[in-house]
Amino acid sequence: MTTEELKNVKSNLTVDARGTACPGPLLAAKKAIGELESGEIMEILSADEGTKNDIPRWCEKVGHEYLGFYDEDSFSRLFLIKE
Amino acid sequence: MEKSNEVTLELLQKQVDMLTKKVGKLEKNRKDQLSMAVVSGDMDKILATMVISLAAAAMDTQVKLFFSFWSLSALRDPKKSPKGKDFISKMFGIMLPKSKNHLSLSNMNMAGMGPVMIKMLMKKKNVLSLDEMFKQAGELGIEITICEMSMDLMGFKKEEFIDYPHLRFAGAATFVADAGESAMQLFI
Repeated sequence: MTTEELKNVKSNLTVDARGTACPGPLLAAKKAIGELESGEIMEILSADEGTKNDIPRWCEKVGHEYLGFYDEDSFSRLFLIKE
Repeated sequence: MEKSNEVTLELLQKQVDMLTKKVGKLEKNRKDQLSMAVVSGDMDKILATMVISLAAAAMDTQVKLFFSFWSLSALRDPKKSPKGKDFISKMFGIMLPKSKNHLSLSNMNMAGMGPVMIKMLMKKKNVLSLDEMFKQAGELGIEITICEMSMDLMGFKKEEFIDYPHLRFAGAATFVADAGESAMQLFI
């Protein structure tokens, strides 16, 4: 998805993991995913650069659909659809 | 003609059965599981162990850690002081780190300044502390097995280890069996 498209995405749940480094954001996402129904969208806020690579790999392995990310000033927003 | 068809079918059935068995065995051999033999008791190596384990567990991989030798220091609880130790065991207990928060670095230890600096940096950079990592590991179901042989050798008692929800005691064969089924095996 392009940045413009991602900016219009309405997420069902936002996980703010900006206060934690690797593997914190992944752990936060894993914990929160249970709160979502299948097909719902999760947004993860992360200030950890590695997370941009880790979240898509996690999605690939577990089966969620990774939509992409875009950068804000000091962090990134990552999006995925729960399997 | 009909008879030969029957024979062929029977043969095929046999082969399918055999293959099903083999595939089942293969699947079991490559479980989505990570086995780690943790032998080092350095702070950096225990940190690496926990970070990799947590990432794996978050990715739904079953994690089994086998703690042996120097790494046992990381599982000690400083608040617990078991009785009935002989002289050598007591000496070991005094000379080895008292908990995961008392470990030294494998490099740049600088008489204890290194770990203090690393802990400060970890806090500044929002890296989870070892205490927090063990807590999360417990919640994610990461299994920790303590090698009984090295525990005896170093004079540790079962009572002096941390309260961890998935702690067990076993021997090397347990690690070999677990590692044999795991898709990933690491030695630290």
